[in-house]
Amino acid sequence: MADLVCVICPGGCRLSAGDAIGGRGVAGARCPRGMEFARSEMGAPSRVFTGTVRVSGGALPVVPVRTNKPIGRGLLSECSRVLAGLTVSAPVGTGQVLLPDVLGTGADVIATCSVEAARRGC
Amino acid sequence: MRRSRADVVVIGAGPAGLAAASAAREVGARRVVVLERDERAGGILPQCVHTGFGLRRYGRDLAGPEYAGLELARALKSGAEVRLDCCALRLEPGGGVRRPNAVVAVSPAGLEEIRAPSVVLAMGCRERPAGSLGIPGSRVAGVMTAGTAQRLINIAGIMPGRKAVVLGSGDVGLIVARRLALEGATVAGVFEAVAWAGGLPRNVSQCLCDFGIPLFLGHTVAEVHGRARLEGVTVCEVGRDMRPVRSTAREIACDTLLLSVGLIPENELSREAGVPISPATGGPLVDECGASLTPGVYACGNAVYVHDFVDDVTTEGEIAGAAAARFALGESGDRRRDGCKMFFREGRNVRFVSPAFVRLGRGRAWPSLALRSRRPAANVTPVFRWEGGQCSGPDLEFVNPGETIRLNLPVEVRGLIESDTRRDVTVEVSLESQ
Ligand SMILES: Cc1cc2nc3c(=O)[nH]c(=O)nc-3n(C[C@H](O)[C@H](O)[C@H](O)COP(=O)(O)OP(=O)(O)OC[C@H]3O[C@@H](n4cnc5c(N)ncnc54)[C@H](O)[C@@H]3O)c2cc1C
Repeated sequence: MADLVCVICPGGCRLSAGDAIGGRGVAGARCPRGMEFARSEMGAPSRVFTGTVRVSGGALPVVPVRTNKPIGRGLLSECSRVLAGLTVSAPVGTGQVLLPDVLGTGADVIATCSVEAARRGC
Repeated sequence: MRRSRADVVVIGAGPAGLAAASAAREVGARRVVVLERDERAGGILPQCVHTGFGLRRYGRDLAGPEYAGLELARALKSGAEVRLDCCALRLEPGGGVRRPNAVVAVSPAGLEEIRAPSVVLAMGCRERPAGSLGIPGSRVAGVMTAGTAQRLINIAGIMPGRKAVVLGSGDVGLIVARRLALEGATVAGVFEAVAWAGGLPRNVSQCLCDFGIPLFLGHTVAEVHGRARLEGVTVCEVGRDMRPVRSTAREIACDTLLLSVGLIPENELSREAGVPISPATGGPLVDECGASLTPGVYACGNAVYVHDFVDDVTTEGEIAGAAAARFALGESGDRRRDGCKMFFREGRNVRFVSPAFVRLGRGRAWPSLALRSRRPAANVTPVFRWEGGQCSGPDLEFVNPGETIRLNLPVEVRGLIESDTRRDVTVEVSLESQ
Protein backbone atom coordinates (compact mmCIF):
# COMPACT_ATOMS: atom_id res chain seq x y z
CA MET A 1 0.00 0.00 0.00
CA ALA A 2 1.22 3.50 -0.79
CA ASP A 3 -0.38 6.88 -0.37
CA LEU A 4 0.24 9.25 -3.21
CA VAL A 5 -0.88 12.66 -4.34
CA CYS A 6 -1.54 12.70 -8.05
CA VAL A 7 0.49 15.51 -9.64
CA ILE A 8 -0.95 15.18 -13.15
CA CYS A 9 -3.54 17.95 -12.83
CA PRO A 10 -4.73 20.58 -10.32
CA GLY A 11 -7.30 18.12 -8.93
CA GLY A 12 -4.76 16.80 -6.43
CA CYS A 13 -6.42 13.39 -5.96
CA ARG A 14 -5.23 11.37 -2.96
CA LEU A 15 -4.46 7.94 -4.30
CA SER A 16 -3.82 4.74 -2.46
CA ALA A 17 -2.22 2.03 -4.48
CA GLY A 18 -1.84 -1.53 -3.30
CA ASP A 19 -0.76 -4.45 -5.42
CA ALA A 20 -0.25 -1.96 -8.20
CA ILE A 21 0.84 -4.34 -10.90
CA GLY A 22 -1.46 -3.59 -13.76
CA GLY A 23 -3.09 -0.83 -11.75
CA ARG A 24 -5.26 -3.09 -9.65
CA GLY A 25 -6.16 -1.67 -6.29
CA VAL A 26 -5.70 2.01 -7.15
CA ALA A 27 -8.24 3.96 -5.14
CA GLY A 28 -9.07 7.65 -5.11
CA ALA A 29 -8.33 8.53 -8.72
CA ARG A 30 -11.08 10.53 -10.37
CA CYS A 31 -9.79 9.89 -13.88
CA PRO A 32 -7.82 7.32 -15.89
CA ARG A 33 -4.73 9.53 -15.88
CA GLY A 34 -4.62 9.13 -12.10
CA MET A 35 -4.66 5.34 -12.45
CA GLU A 36 -1.85 5.62 -14.96
CA PHE A 37 0.08 7.90 -12.61
CA ALA A 38 -0.27 5.50 -9.67
CA ARG A 39 0.89 2.62 -11.83
CA SER A 40 3.96 4.51 -12.99
CA GLU A 41 4.76 5.71 -9.43
CA MET A 42 4.79 2.11 -8.23
CA GLY A 43 7.06 1.03 -11.06
CA ALA A 44 9.28 3.72 -12.57
CA PRO A 45 8.25 7.23 -11.52
CA SER A 46 8.97 9.95 -14.07
CA ARG A 47 8.90 13.75 -14.04
CA VAL A 48 9.37 16.61 -16.47
CA PHE A 49 12.73 18.26 -15.68
CA THR A 50 12.68 22.06 -15.38
CA GLY A 51 15.54 24.46 -14.78
CA THR A 52 17.71 27.01 -16.53
CA VAL A 53 20.66 27.02 -18.95
CA ARG A 54 23.37 29.70 -19.27
CA VAL A 55 23.18 32.03 -22.24
CA SER A 56 26.12 33.91 -23.74
CA GLY A 57 25.59 37.24 -25.44
CA GLY A 58 21.96 37.42 -24.35
CA ALA A 59 19.79 40.15 -22.89
CA LEU A 60 19.40 37.77 -19.91
CA PRO A 61 22.09 35.50 -18.40
CA VAL A 62 19.94 32.34 -18.34
CA VAL A 63 17.06 30.83 -20.28
CA PRO A 64 14.37 28.65 -18.62
CA VAL A 65 14.14 25.10 -19.98
CA ARG A 66 12.21 21.86 -19.61
CA THR A 67 12.32 18.40 -21.07
CA ASN A 68 9.69 17.84 -23.75
CA LYS A 69 8.56 14.68 -21.97
CA PRO A 70 9.00 13.13 -18.53
CA ILE A 71 12.29 11.42 -17.69
CA GLY A 72 13.06 8.97 -14.88
CA ARG A 73 12.72 10.69 -11.51
CA GLY A 74 16.14 9.34 -10.53
CA LEU A 75 17.74 11.21 -13.45
CA LEU A 76 16.61 14.71 -12.47
CA SER A 77 19.76 15.68 -10.56
CA GLU A 78 22.02 14.21 -13.21
CA CYS A 79 20.13 16.13 -15.88
CA SER A 80 20.74 19.30 -13.89
CA ARG A 81 24.47 18.53 -13.71
CA VAL A 82 24.65 17.98 -17.47
CA LEU A 83 22.89 21.29 -18.12
CA ALA A 84 25.22 23.12 -15.70
CA GLY A 85 27.99 22.41 -18.20
CA LEU A 86 26.05 23.79 -21.15
CA THR A 87 26.10 27.36 -22.50
CA VAL A 88 23.99 28.38 -25.48
CA SER A 89 24.37 31.55 -27.49
CA ALA A 90 21.65 34.13 -27.92
CA PRO A 91 19.22 34.54 -29.54
CA VAL A 92 17.21 31.62 -28.21
CA GLY A 93 13.59 31.01 -29.25
CA THR A 94 10.77 29.44 -27.26
CA GLY A 95 10.59 25.72 -28.04
CA GLN A 96 14.13 25.61 -29.46
CA VAL A 97 15.90 22.31 -28.74
CA LEU A 98 18.99 23.11 -26.68
CA LEU A 99 20.06 19.54 -25.99
CA PRO A 100 18.58 16.57 -27.84
CA ASP A 101 18.12 13.17 -26.21
CA VAL A 102 19.41 14.19 -22.77
CA LEU A 103 21.12 11.26 -20.97
CA GLY A 104 19.85 8.91 -23.64
CA THR A 105 16.26 9.27 -22.36
CA GLY A 106 14.84 10.21 -25.75
CA ALA A 107 13.68 13.54 -24.24
CA ASP A 108 14.94 16.85 -25.62
CA VAL A 109 15.72 19.87 -23.45
CA ILE A 110 13.80 22.83 -24.90
CA ALA A 111 13.71 26.55 -24.09
CA THR A 112 10.46 27.76 -22.49
CA CYS A 113 11.12 31.44 -23.18
CA SER A 114 12.98 33.45 -25.78
CA VAL A 115 16.15 35.40 -25.00
CA GLU A 116 17.18 38.11 -27.41
CA ALA A 117 20.78 38.94 -28.19
CA ALA A 118 22.15 41.72 -25.99
CA ARG A 119 22.28 45.08 -27.70
CA ARG A 120 25.87 46.13 -28.41
CA GLY A 121 27.31 49.20 -26.79
CA CYS A 122 25.18 49.22 -23.68
CA MET B 1 1.59 65.77 -17.43
CA ARG B 2 0.48 63.81 -20.49
CA ARG B 3 -3.24 63.08 -20.54
CA SER B 4 -5.20 60.56 -22.56
CA ARG B 5 -8.45 58.62 -22.57
CA ALA B 6 -9.21 54.92 -22.79
CA ASP B 7 -12.21 52.65 -22.32
CA VAL B 8 -10.42 50.32 -19.94
CA VAL B 9 -7.17 50.71 -18.00
CA VAL B 10 -5.75 47.48 -16.56
CA ILE B 11 -3.18 47.74 -13.76
CA GLY B 12 -0.71 44.83 -13.89
CA ALA B 13 0.29 42.64 -16.88
CA GLY B 14 0.31 39.29 -15.07
CA PRO B 15 -1.98 36.54 -16.33
CA ALA B 16 -4.99 38.23 -14.68
CA GLY B 17 -4.41 41.61 -16.33
CA LEU B 18 -3.54 40.13 -19.73
CA ALA B 19 -6.72 38.01 -19.74
CA ALA B 20 -8.81 41.00 -18.67
CA ALA B 21 -7.34 43.16 -21.44
CA SER B 22 -7.88 40.50 -24.14
CA ALA B 23 -11.47 39.93 -23.07
CA ALA B 24 -12.19 43.68 -22.89
CA ARG B 25 -11.02 44.08 -26.48
CA GLU B 26 -12.87 40.98 -27.58
CA VAL B 27 -16.22 42.34 -26.33
CA GLY B 28 -15.69 45.64 -28.11
CA ALA B 29 -13.80 48.09 -25.91
CA ARG B 30 -11.84 50.45 -28.16
CA ARG B 31 -8.73 51.59 -26.31
CA VAL B 32 -7.50 49.16 -23.65
CA VAL B 33 -4.22 50.00 -21.92
CA VAL B 34 -2.33 47.64 -19.61
CA LEU B 35 0.17 49.26 -17.25
CA GLU B 36 3.04 47.08 -16.01
CA ARG B 37 5.76 48.33 -13.72
CA ASP B 38 8.16 45.50 -14.53
CA GLU B 39 10.33 45.44 -17.66
CA ARG B 40 8.52 42.31 -18.87
CA ALA B 41 4.92 41.11 -18.93
CA GLY B 42 3.69 37.92 -17.29
CA GLY B 43 3.70 38.82 -13.59
CA ILE B 44 5.28 36.08 -11.50
CA LEU B 45 5.16 33.56 -14.34
CA PRO B 46 8.56 34.36 -15.92
CA GLN B 47 10.29 33.29 -12.70
CA CYS B 48 8.13 30.16 -12.28
CA VAL B 49 10.24 27.97 -14.60
CA HIS B 50 8.57 24.79 -13.30
CA THR B 51 5.70 23.15 -15.15
CA GLY B 52 2.13 22.89 -13.88
CA PHE B 53 0.55 25.76 -15.82
CA GLY B 54 -2.28 25.51 -18.29
CA LEU B 55 -3.39 21.95 -17.56
CA ARG B 56 -7.04 22.91 -17.49
CA ARG B 57 -7.01 25.71 -20.04
CA TYR B 58 -4.71 24.41 -22.69
CA GLY B 59 -4.71 20.73 -21.73
CA ARG B 60 -0.92 20.93 -21.68
CA ASP B 61 1.58 20.99 -18.86
CA LEU B 62 3.42 24.23 -19.59
CA ALA B 63 6.21 26.06 -17.77
CA GLY B 64 5.36 29.52 -16.37
CA PRO B 65 7.22 31.47 -19.10
CA GLU B 66 5.43 29.51 -21.84
CA TYR B 67 2.02 30.25 -20.34
CA ALA B 68 2.96 33.93 -20.01
CA GLY B 69 4.08 33.97 -23.65
CA LEU B 70 0.72 32.60 -24.85
CA GLU B 71 -1.29 35.09 -22.78
CA LEU B 72 0.85 38.05 -23.86
CA ALA B 73 0.53 37.05 -27.52
CA ARG B 74 -3.23 36.84 -27.14
CA ALA B 75 -3.46 40.29 -25.52
CA LEU B 76 -1.32 41.90 -28.21
CA LYS B 77 -3.29 40.18 -30.96
CA SER B 78 -6.54 41.45 -29.45
CA GLY B 79 -5.22 44.98 -29.90
CA ALA B 80 -4.61 45.89 -26.26
CA GLU B 81 -1.66 48.23 -25.57
CA VAL B 82 0.79 46.72 -23.08
CA ARG B 83 2.97 49.42 -21.52
CA LEU B 84 6.06 48.08 -19.72
CA ASP B 85 8.18 50.02 -17.20
CA CYS B 86 5.05 51.94 -16.33
CA CYS B 87 3.95 51.97 -12.68
CA ALA B 88 0.44 53.04 -11.67
CA LEU B 89 0.77 55.38 -8.71
CA ARG B 90 -2.77 56.45 -7.98
CA LEU B 91 -6.37 55.72 -8.81
CA GLU B 92 -8.92 58.49 -8.53
CA PRO B 93 -12.43 57.05 -8.72
CA GLY B 94 -14.79 59.11 -10.84
CA GLY B 95 -18.12 57.45 -10.34
CA GLY B 96 -19.41 56.38 -13.70
CA VAL B 97 -19.30 56.48 -17.46
CA ARG B 98 -19.84 60.27 -17.53
CA ARG B 99 -17.25 60.90 -14.83
CA PRO B 100 -14.48 58.43 -15.62
CA ASN B 101 -11.86 57.14 -13.23
CA ALA B 102 -8.34 58.54 -13.52
CA VAL B 103 -5.15 56.53 -13.22
CA VAL B 104 -1.87 58.36 -12.69
CA ALA B 105 1.21 56.45 -13.78
CA VAL B 106 4.92 57.04 -14.11
CA SER B 107 7.29 55.69 -16.76
CA PRO B 108 10.67 56.76 -18.13
CA ALA B 109 8.66 59.20 -20.30
CA GLY B 110 7.38 60.95 -17.15
CA LEU B 111 4.04 61.27 -15.42
CA GLU B 112 0.79 60.66 -17.21
CA GLU B 113 -2.90 60.50 -16.49
CA ILE B 114 -5.29 58.17 -18.26
CA ARG B 115 -9.02 58.66 -17.82
CA ALA B 116 -11.23 55.65 -18.36
CA PRO B 117 -14.75 54.65 -17.31
CA SER B 118 -13.41 51.25 -16.23
CA VAL B 119 -10.28 50.27 -14.35
CA VAL B 120 -9.25 46.66 -13.70
CA LEU B 121 -7.04 46.05 -10.66
CA ALA B 122 -4.71 43.11 -11.43
CA MET B 123 -1.68 43.88 -9.26
CA GLY B 124 -1.19 40.33 -7.97
CA CYS B 125 0.13 39.65 -4.50
CA ARG B 126 3.33 40.07 -2.56
CA GLU B 127 5.16 37.90 -0.08
CA ARG B 128 4.98 38.54 3.62
CA PRO B 129 8.47 39.93 4.37
CA ALA B 130 11.08 38.94 6.96
CA GLY B 131 10.44 41.98 9.13
CA SER B 132 6.90 40.88 9.87
CA LEU B 133 8.17 37.80 11.71
CA GLY B 134 10.42 39.45 14.27
CA ILE B 135 12.96 36.60 14.54
CA PRO B 136 15.73 37.62 16.99
CA GLY B 137 19.26 38.00 15.60
CA SER B 138 21.14 40.57 13.53
CA ARG B 139 20.26 41.65 10.04
CA VAL B 140 22.57 39.26 8.27
CA ALA B 141 22.82 38.73 4.52
CA GLY B 142 21.31 35.47 3.32
CA VAL B 143 17.81 35.94 4.74
CA MET B 144 15.24 36.55 1.99
CA THR B 145 11.79 35.62 0.83
CA ALA B 146 11.51 32.47 -1.26
CA GLY B 147 10.25 34.53 -4.20
CA THR B 148 13.36 36.71 -4.13
CA ALA B 149 15.51 33.58 -4.25
CA GLN B 150 13.41 32.23 -7.11
CA ARG B 151 13.99 35.41 -9.09
CA LEU B 152 17.73 35.33 -8.36
CA ILE B 153 18.11 31.73 -9.56
CA ASN B 154 15.74 31.67 -12.51
CA ILE B 155 16.12 35.16 -13.96
CA ALA B 156 19.45 36.53 -12.75
CA GLY B 157 21.14 33.10 -12.84
CA ILE B 158 22.61 33.53 -9.34
CA MET B 159 22.56 30.88 -6.59
CA PRO B 160 21.61 32.51 -3.28
CA GLY B 161 23.62 30.01 -1.19
CA ARG B 162 24.83 26.44 -0.73
CA LYS B 163 22.95 25.33 2.37
CA ALA B 164 19.45 26.55 3.02
CA VAL B 165 16.70 26.32 5.60
CA VAL B 166 13.15 27.20 4.59
CA LEU B 167 10.76 28.74 7.10
CA GLY B 168 7.12 28.28 6.20
CA SER B 169 5.65 25.72 3.83
CA GLY B 170 3.91 27.90 1.25
CA ASP B 171 4.08 26.84 -2.40
CA VAL B 172 6.84 29.29 -3.28
CA GLY B 173 9.07 27.84 -0.53
CA LEU B 174 8.41 24.26 -1.64
CA ILE B 175 9.13 25.02 -5.28
CA VAL B 176 12.32 26.92 -4.47
CA ALA B 177 13.49 24.13 -2.13
CA ARG B 178 13.30 21.72 -5.08
CA ARG B 179 15.07 24.19 -7.35
CA LEU B 180 17.94 24.58 -4.85
CA ALA B 181 18.23 20.81 -4.46
CA LEU B 182 18.38 20.36 -8.24
CA GLU B 183 21.14 22.95 -8.48
CA GLY B 184 23.18 20.95 -5.99
CA ALA B 185 22.55 22.97 -2.83
CA THR B 186 21.57 21.29 0.44
CA VAL B 187 18.14 22.05 1.86
CA ALA B 188 18.26 21.10 5.55
CA GLY B 189 14.51 21.21 5.89
CA VAL B 190 11.26 23.11 5.67
CA PHE B 191 10.02 24.28 9.07
CA GLU B 192 6.32 24.97 9.51
CA ALA B 193 4.79 26.28 12.73
CA VAL B 194 1.34 24.73 12.34
CA ALA B 195 0.52 21.04 12.07
CA TRP B 196 -0.13 21.04 8.30
CA ALA B 197 1.65 22.23 5.17
CA GLY B 198 0.71 25.64 3.77
CA GLY B 199 1.23 24.63 0.15
CA LEU B 200 -0.56 22.23 -2.16
CA PRO B 201 -0.20 18.50 -1.40
CA ARG B 202 1.09 18.02 -4.96
CA ASN B 203 3.98 20.37 -4.18
CA VAL B 204 4.80 18.66 -0.88
CA SER B 205 4.95 15.44 -2.84
CA GLN B 206 6.90 16.47 -5.94
CA CYS B 207 9.14 19.12 -4.37
CA LEU B 208 9.98 17.67 -0.95
CA CYS B 209 9.33 13.92 -1.03
CA ASP B 210 10.96 13.47 -4.47
CA PHE B 211 14.17 15.05 -3.17
CA GLY B 212 14.20 13.71 0.36
CA ILE B 213 13.82 17.19 1.85
CA PRO B 214 12.35 16.83 5.36
CA LEU B 215 9.24 18.80 6.39
CA PHE B 216 9.14 19.62 10.11
CA LEU B 217 5.57 20.43 11.10
CA GLY B 218 5.01 22.18 14.43
CA HIS B 219 8.50 23.74 14.21
CA THR B 220 9.86 27.22 13.76
CA VAL B 221 13.08 29.20 13.41
CA ALA B 222 13.63 30.89 16.74
CA GLU B 223 16.89 32.71 16.06
CA VAL B 224 19.31 33.59 13.28
CA HIS B 225 23.09 33.60 13.79
CA GLY B 226 25.98 35.29 12.03
CA ARG B 227 27.56 38.71 11.68
CA ALA B 228 27.72 39.76 8.04
CA ARG B 229 26.44 36.57 6.41
CA LEU B 230 24.03 34.07 7.92
CA GLU B 231 25.92 31.22 9.61
CA GLY B 232 23.10 29.22 11.11
CA VAL B 233 19.66 29.18 12.66
CA THR B 234 18.15 27.82 15.85
CA VAL B 235 15.06 25.76 15.20
CA CYS B 236 12.68 24.38 17.79
CA GLU B 237 9.26 22.91 18.28
CA VAL B 238 6.25 25.14 18.73
CA GLY B 239 4.03 24.67 21.77
CA ARG B 240 0.25 24.77 21.99
CA ASP B 241 0.48 28.50 22.65
CA MET B 242 2.29 28.83 19.29
CA ARG B 243 5.51 29.88 21.08
CA PRO B 244 8.90 28.21 20.56
CA VAL B 245 9.67 25.50 23.12
CA ARG B 246 13.23 26.38 24.15
CA SER B 247 14.11 22.95 25.51
CA THR B 248 13.77 21.49 22.02
CA ALA B 249 16.14 24.00 20.39
CA ARG B 250 18.85 22.80 18.04
CA GLU B 251 21.19 24.64 15.74
CA ILE B 252 21.52 24.12 12.01
CA ALA B 253 24.48 25.54 10.08
CA CYS B 254 23.29 27.28 6.89
CA ASP B 255 24.09 30.30 4.74
CA THR B 256 20.57 30.96 3.51
CA LEU B 257 17.17 31.27 5.20
CA LEU B 258 14.20 31.44 2.87
CA LEU B 259 10.83 32.68 4.06
CA SER B 260 7.62 31.32 2.67
CA VAL B 261 5.16 32.50 5.25
CA GLY B 262 2.28 33.73 3.17
CA LEU B 263 1.17 35.92 0.30
CA ILE B 264 -0.92 39.06 0.62
CA PRO B 265 -2.91 40.67 -2.21
CA GLU B 266 -1.22 43.91 -3.27
CA ASN B 267 -3.75 46.67 -2.72
CA GLU B 268 -2.17 49.88 -1.45
CA LEU B 269 -3.46 51.62 -4.55
CA SER B 270 -6.98 50.23 -4.15
CA ARG B 271 -7.07 51.10 -0.46
CA GLU B 272 -5.96 54.69 -1.06
CA ALA B 273 -8.68 55.02 -3.69
CA GLY B 274 -11.26 53.99 -1.09
CA VAL B 275 -12.15 50.68 -2.76
CA PRO B 276 -13.71 48.54 0.01
CA ILE B 277 -11.31 45.71 0.94
CA SER B 278 -12.21 42.37 2.53
CA PRO B 279 -10.40 41.77 5.83
CA ALA B 280 -10.62 38.04 5.07
CA THR B 281 -8.80 38.05 1.72
CA GLY B 282 -6.94 41.38 1.81
CA GLY B 283 -8.38 42.05 -1.67
CA PRO B 284 -11.30 44.19 -2.89
CA LEU B 285 -14.81 42.94 -2.13
CA VAL B 286 -16.05 41.88 -5.55
CA ASP B 287 -19.12 40.34 -7.15
CA GLU B 288 -19.13 37.34 -9.47
CA CYS B 289 -17.85 39.51 -12.34
CA GLY B 290 -15.05 41.10 -10.36
CA ALA B 291 -16.96 44.39 -9.93
CA SER B 292 -15.96 46.08 -6.68
CA LEU B 293 -18.25 48.34 -4.68
CA THR B 294 -16.68 51.36 -6.42
CA PRO B 295 -18.44 51.98 -9.77
CA GLY B 296 -16.25 51.20 -12.77
CA VAL B 297 -13.55 49.56 -10.64
CA TYR B 298 -13.04 45.82 -11.25
CA ALA B 299 -10.47 43.41 -9.81
CA CYS B 300 -9.18 39.95 -10.64
CA GLY B 301 -6.43 37.41 -10.00
CA ASN B 302 -4.20 37.39 -6.95
CA ALA B 303 -5.11 41.00 -6.18
CA VAL B 304 -8.52 39.63 -5.09
CA TYR B 305 -7.39 36.47 -3.28
CA VAL B 306 -4.39 34.18 -3.61
CA HIS B 307 -5.11 31.59 -6.33
CA ASP B 308 -3.58 28.12 -6.50
CA PHE B 309 -3.79 27.81 -10.27
CA VAL B 310 -3.19 30.22 -13.10
CA ASP B 311 -6.00 28.67 -15.16
CA ASP B 312 -8.54 30.02 -12.66
CA VAL B 313 -6.79 33.41 -12.70
CA THR B 314 -7.15 33.60 -16.47
CA THR B 315 -10.83 32.63 -16.41
CA GLU B 316 -11.67 35.20 -13.73
CA GLY B 317 -9.57 37.83 -15.53
CA GLU B 318 -11.63 37.32 -18.69
CA ILE B 319 -14.90 37.66 -16.79
CA ALA B 320 -13.74 40.87 -15.11
CA GLY B 321 -12.32 42.33 -18.32
CA ALA B 322 -15.52 41.66 -20.26
CA ALA B 323 -17.65 43.19 -17.48
CA ALA B 324 -15.36 46.24 -17.32
CA ALA B 325 -15.68 46.71 -21.08
CA ARG B 326 -19.49 46.46 -20.97
CA PHE B 327 -19.59 49.07 -18.21
CA ALA B 328 -17.34 51.39 -20.24
CA LEU B 329 -19.56 50.93 -23.30
CA GLY B 330 -22.61 51.84 -21.23
CA GLU B 331 -24.12 48.36 -21.50
CA SER B 332 -24.32 47.70 -17.77
CA GLY B 333 -24.49 49.75 -14.63
CA ASP B 334 -22.71 48.21 -11.68
CA ARG B 335 -23.61 50.93 -9.21
CA ARG B 336 -22.48 50.90 -5.63
CA ARG B 337 -24.93 48.53 -4.02
CA ASP B 338 -27.33 48.22 -6.93
CA GLY B 339 -28.55 44.77 -7.55
CA CYS B 340 -26.53 43.12 -4.77
CA LYS B 341 -28.55 39.99 -4.14
CA MET B 342 -26.51 38.06 -1.64
CA PHE B 343 -23.49 38.63 0.56
CA PHE B 344 -21.33 35.67 1.55
CA ARG B 345 -19.81 35.60 5.03
CA GLU B 346 -17.07 33.44 6.48
CA GLY B 347 -18.47 30.94 8.98
CA ARG B 348 -16.93 28.08 10.98
CA ASN B 349 -13.58 26.90 9.64
CA VAL B 350 -13.71 29.25 6.64
CA ARG B 351 -10.87 31.73 6.23
CA PHE B 352 -12.36 33.45 3.21
CA VAL B 353 -15.06 33.19 0.56
CA SER B 354 -14.90 34.82 -2.86
CA PRO B 355 -16.81 36.42 -4.52
CA ALA B 356 -18.01 38.38 -1.51
CA PHE B 357 -21.37 39.11 -3.09
CA VAL B 358 -23.55 38.28 -6.08
CA ARG B 359 -25.32 40.76 -8.33
CA LEU B 360 -26.59 38.44 -11.00
CA GLY B 361 -27.95 40.47 -13.86
CA ARG B 362 -28.68 39.95 -17.48
CA GLY B 363 -26.40 37.44 -19.14
CA ARG B 364 -24.51 36.55 -15.99
CA ALA B 365 -23.71 32.94 -15.25
CA TRP B 366 -24.07 31.31 -11.84
CA PRO B 367 -20.75 31.73 -10.08
CA SER B 368 -18.95 29.06 -8.12
CA LEU B 369 -17.53 29.99 -4.74
CA ALA B 370 -13.81 29.81 -3.96
CA LEU B 371 -13.01 29.34 -0.30
CA ARG B 372 -10.22 28.28 1.99
CA SER B 373 -10.50 26.45 5.28
CA ARG B 374 -8.67 27.40 8.46
CA ARG B 375 -7.87 23.83 9.51
CA PRO B 376 -7.77 20.49 7.74
CA ALA B 377 -10.78 18.20 8.06
CA ALA B 378 -12.03 15.04 6.39
CA ASN B 379 -15.51 14.16 5.14
CA VAL B 380 -17.20 17.47 5.80
CA THR B 381 -20.48 18.73 4.43
CA PRO B 382 -20.40 22.43 3.53
CA VAL B 383 -23.28 24.28 5.16
CA PHE B 384 -24.93 27.50 3.94
CA ARG B 385 -26.88 29.37 6.63
CA TRP B 386 -29.15 32.37 6.42
CA GLU B 387 -31.77 33.91 8.65
CA GLY B 388 -34.52 31.37 8.86
CA GLY B 389 -32.89 28.58 6.89
CA GLN B 390 -29.92 26.47 5.88
CA CYS B 391 -28.88 23.91 3.31
CA SER B 392 -25.83 21.83 2.55
CA GLY B 393 -23.56 21.34 -0.43
CA PRO B 394 -22.01 18.12 -1.72
CA ASP B 395 -19.69 16.32 0.75
CA LEU B 396 -16.00 17.10 0.60
CA GLU B 397 -13.62 14.18 1.12
CA PHE B 398 -11.09 16.52 2.67
CA VAL B 399 -10.54 20.22 3.22
CA ASN B 400 -7.02 21.54 3.56
CA PRO B 401 -5.91 25.14 4.27
CA GLY B 402 -3.36 24.87 1.45
CA GLU B 403 -5.97 24.17 -1.23
CA THR B 404 -8.77 26.34 -2.55
CA ILE B 405 -12.17 24.65 -2.31
CA ARG B 406 -14.57 25.32 -5.19
CA LEU B 407 -18.27 24.97 -4.50
CA ASN B 408 -21.21 25.30 -6.82
CA LEU B 409 -24.16 27.13 -5.33
CA PRO B 410 -26.83 24.68 -4.15
CA VAL B 411 -30.28 25.08 -5.74
CA GLU B 412 -31.70 26.43 -2.47
CA VAL B 413 -29.15 29.27 -2.49
CA ARG B 414 -29.83 29.99 -6.16
CA GLY B 415 -33.52 30.18 -5.34
CA LEU B 416 -32.81 32.76 -2.63
CA ILE B 417 -30.76 34.84 -5.02
CA GLU B 418 -33.56 34.77 -7.57
CA SER B 419 -36.11 35.87 -4.98
CA ASP B 420 -36.00 39.59 -4.46
CA THR B 421 -34.83 40.03 -0.90
CA ARG B 422 -31.20 40.69 -0.19
CA ARG B 423 -29.65 38.10 2.12
CA ASP B 424 -26.50 37.34 4.04
CA VAL B 425 -25.40 33.75 3.76
CA THR B 426 -22.73 32.22 5.98
CA VAL B 427 -20.61 29.40 4.58
CA GLU B 428 -19.12 26.73 6.87
CA VAL B 429 -16.88 23.70 6.25
CA SER B 430 -16.64 22.37 9.78
CA LEU B 431 -17.40 19.02 11.35
CA GLU B 432 -19.01 20.98 14.18
CA SER B 433 -21.72 22.17 11.81
CA GLN B 434 -22.89 18.61 11.31
C1 LIG C 1 5.76 30.29 -6.51
C2 LIG C 1 4.45 30.12 -7.20
C3 LIG C 1 4.24 28.97 -7.92
C4 LIG C 1 3.06 28.80 -8.63
N1 LIG C 1 2.92 27.65 -9.32
C5 LIG C 1 1.81 27.45 -10.07
C6 LIG C 1 1.66 26.27 -10.86
O1 LIG C 1 2.53 25.38 -10.85
N2 LIG C 1 0.55 26.15 -11.61
C7 LIG C 1 -0.41 27.12 -11.64
O2 LIG C 1 -1.39 26.98 -12.36
N3 LIG C 1 -0.29 28.23 -10.88
C8 LIG C 1 0.78 28.42 -10.10
N4 LIG C 1 0.88 29.56 -9.33
C9 LIG C 1 -0.25 30.50 -9.26
C10 LIG C 1 -0.33 31.52 -10.41
O3 LIG C 1 0.89 31.62 -11.06
C11 LIG C 1 -0.72 32.86 -9.87
O4 LIG C 1 -1.92 32.71 -9.20
C12 LIG C 1 -0.88 33.92 -10.99
O5 LIG C 1 0.37 34.17 -11.58
C13 LIG C 1 -1.44 35.22 -10.47
O6 LIG C 1 -1.58 36.13 -11.52
P1 LIG C 1 -1.87 37.67 -11.31
O7 LIG C 1 -1.89 38.25 -12.67
O8 LIG C 1 -3.04 37.85 -10.44
O9 LIG C 1 -0.63 38.24 -10.48
P2 LIG C 1 0.91 38.41 -10.85
O10 LIG C 1 1.39 37.31 -11.69
O11 LIG C 1 1.60 38.65 -9.56
O12 LIG C 1 0.97 39.76 -11.72
C14 LIG C 1 0.73 41.04 -11.18
C15 LIG C 1 1.46 42.07 -12.01
O13 LIG C 1 1.05 43.38 -11.64
C16 LIG C 1 2.16 44.24 -11.65
N5 LIG C 1 1.88 45.41 -10.80
C17 LIG C 1 1.62 45.42 -9.47
N6 LIG C 1 1.40 46.67 -9.04
C18 LIG C 1 1.52 47.47 -10.12
C19 LIG C 1 1.41 48.89 -10.30
N7 LIG C 1 1.12 49.72 -9.29
N8 LIG C 1 1.61 49.39 -11.55
C20 LIG C 1 1.90 48.56 -12.61
N9 LIG C 1 2.02 47.23 -12.47
C21 LIG C 1 1.83 46.68 -11.25
C22 LIG C 1 3.29 43.37 -11.16
O14 LIG C 1 4.54 43.87 -11.53
C23 LIG C 1 2.96 42.02 -11.84
O15 LIG C 1 3.58 41.92 -13.10
C24 LIG C 1 2.05 29.78 -8.59
C25 LIG C 1 2.25 30.93 -7.85
C26 LIG C 1 3.43 31.11 -7.14
C27 LIG C 1 3.60 32.36 -6.33
